Amino acid sequence: MGKIEWAMWANEQALASGLIYLTGGIVGVAGQLKGWEFAAFGIAAGVFVCLLEYPRSKRAKGTSVERTGQHCFTVCVKAFGPLTRNYYVRAFLHAALCVPGGFMLATVLGCVCLGMASLIYLSAAIHGEHWEPILPKTESTKTLTQSIKHPPQNPPPRPPPEMRRKRAEDLESAAYVNPIPVTANEG
Amino acid sequence: MGNFAANEGLSVFVILVWLGINAFLFVHFYMAFLVDRFYYTRVILGHALSWARAPAACLNFNCMLILLPVCRNLLSFLRGSIQCCSRTAARQLDRNITFHKLVAYMIAFHTAVHIIAHLFNFERFMDAQLEANSSSLPHVLSLIGNRNNESFLNPIRSNETNPTIVMFTTVAGLTGVVITLALILIITSSMEVIRRSYFEVFWFTHHLFIVFFIGLVLHGIGRIVRGQSFKSLEQHNPEICHSQFKEWGKDSTCPEPEFAGNPPMTWKWVVGPMFLYLCERLVRFYRSQQKVVITKVVMHPSKTLELQMKKKGFKMEVGQYISMQCPSISQLEWHPFTLTSAPEEDHFSVHIRIVGDWTQALYSACGGDKKGVQDAWELPKMAVDGPFGTASEDVFRYEVVMLVGAGIGVTPFASILKSVWYKHVQQNTNVFTKKIYFYWLCPETQAFEWFADLLQSLERQMNEKSMTDFLSYNIYLTRWKDTEAAHFRVHHEAENDPITGLKQKTLYGKPNWDNEFNAIATSHPGCKVGVFLCGPTPLAKALEKQCLNQSQGRAEFIFNKENF
Repeated sequence: MGKIEWAMWANEQALASGLIYLTGGIVGVAGQLKGWEFAAFGIAAGVFVCLLEYPRSKRAKGTSVERTGQHCFTVCVKAFGPLTRNYYVRAFLHAALCVPGGFMLATVLGCVCLGMASLIYLSAAIHGEHWEPILPKTESTKTLTQSIKHPPQNPPPRPPPEMRRKRAEDLESAAYVNPIPVTANEG
Repeated sequence: MGNFAANEGLSVFVILVWLGINAFLFVHFYMAFLVDRFYYTRVILGHALSWARAPAACLNFNCMLILLPVCRNLLSFLRGSIQCCSRTAARQLDRNITFHKLVAYMIAFHTAVHIIAHLFNFERFMDAQLEANSSSLPHVLSLIGNRNNESFLNPIRSNETNPTIVMFTTVAGLTGVVITLALILIITSSMEVIRRSYFEVFWFTHHLFIVFFIGLVLHGIGRIVRGQSFKSLEQHNPEICHSQFKEWGKDSTCPEPEFAGNPPMTWKWVVGPMFLYLCERLVRFYRSQQKVVITKVVMHPSKTLELQMKKKGFKMEVGQYISMQCPSISQLEWHPFTLTSAPEEDHFSVHIRIVGDWTQALYSACGGDKKGVQDAWELPKMAVDGPFGTASEDVFRYEVVMLVGAGIGVTPFASILKSVWYKHVQQNTNVFTKKIYFYWLCPETQAFEWFADLLQSLERQMNEKSMTDFLSYNIYLTRWKDTEAAHFRVHHEAENDPITGLKQKTLYGKPNWDNEFNAIATSHPGCKVGVFLCGPTPLAKALEKQCLNQSQGRAEFIFNKENF
């Protein structure tokens, strides 16, 4: 448990708000409630926020957990460069998007939730956080855990050069019985 | 499927009963608003009224339930009382947090239904006011209340407003928005990612539940749900009179209908659990005020701090945990730690891994950075709440026991093994448990150090008392670096294990659970084998599957998972 990365919570809150904004918008439009134009905006804003917030940022410290299938979203969001990297921009964007929601009852909840997300993002920005894409690593680190039950039966490979040098100084510990018979190379 | 009923039966039953009650309340309250009393309300709102009231009833029920699984002290007390009657029922109480989460999801669901229904209600009330057509019954109904001494039906009293403004100017609307926002903040900060990484954010935000419950109780005081008063129903029958709304009051068959609001009901549901939870917090506070003395501080390798403490009247069972607070570090933070000492010892101890701000501060406060001896009065004051019961208490009720700990998850088992040693060796009491199989899965060698000391001492004692077959332990190193691997291969033939120094060799990789379970089932036919795990979820799933599938030799495997 290290220092709090506010952006992680802001991200969860914003994603939830996007869904709520979207749902409120759908109800407003489908039910033909008064002010349904704001509800239509709510649908668009909700979808946009969900798409923007779906890819999780890489954590500054610790392991990042990706959301399922977020890779394509990561690539899209990354393409906008500083606009999506900077959290001040996001805070302002969410604040701006949430305002029209306040004019219609169905989207009011989406409005206040997105407003809260905007505030948390502002806190994240003040703390100097920024969005980093989670990209797949080039080499696989999965070979560490192998389910073998016995140590390998073959003789150990030659240790790396550093260790070899040390062993030359300490001949006693460097000695070992070579299981493969060694014959002299005659001729 | 052999052990499914034994392992999961009671859980499934509890869930089904809970869902059944939810369904019953939903249907019952849906129908309750289809009666004559609400005839005129339905003229305006239609079935949206019932769609709002039915989830409201379910919300009352679930908000009542949600506080109960988190009353730790109450549950420990219940667990202790039930344990004598039924081990299965006591185990059910271990799943309290799972139930708390399920109830929370149900609250979120019903909130959504309730809000959507009310969106339509507000819209229809507004439409009725705006109609300005005296031939429309909804409009006529909405006008009732404008003259003196008249009780209104439509809570929207003017046509120069809009639903959003109405929502913010009624108690019900305003409290509704506040408590829903609190609920959403609680839910988003409780997501696994946040909870596991930043416990403080989760814990502090969760206290918004206080706002939630206050708002919930106040939500109905405006009496915004209105129906015909009983007195009016006697004189004015809506079934007959609704079509003659133009003549109401003009002749004696149909006087003007009178309306009244429903009194708030929520407080009746939640006041009990709120009181119980208040008691719970008071108990926790009282217990934390009792003096705790740190008698010994040991700094182990791999950044593990051991604290040995004493507190007057402290009694523990094996594998329990305590909640600790250090006022000099933080007034509000309480952190749970498993007890690593046995009940037979004169002190209690915890082994704390230094991973975050609080633990790092604790390490400094206990003099970890200082060289030389730390005086006793310089040690920080601690507050301790607990001990709280967990699954490990049940260990000695099984004849054969499998203990599986992954990494730091081995800590509750340290307590059990120590207690085993004390019981058998020192007191010679007849213990029901005949055989313990212990598996420790560890990703790195450093973590072995402090626990290896314990195992070494146990191994020595068992050899002296010729009791080597009571405890069979297997240590699995699941990851290693290449440089270490060379060292292992070279020392493969040594008498003592190169890592732990124990006679029992460390095994590499992960255990083959099929083989292990088969071997145990074959050696102990007809026994109930208790399987105790403290470790990550994938391992829990694997072991749970094994327990459910294994029925060879008619040994029954009962799975217990510790969770933090």
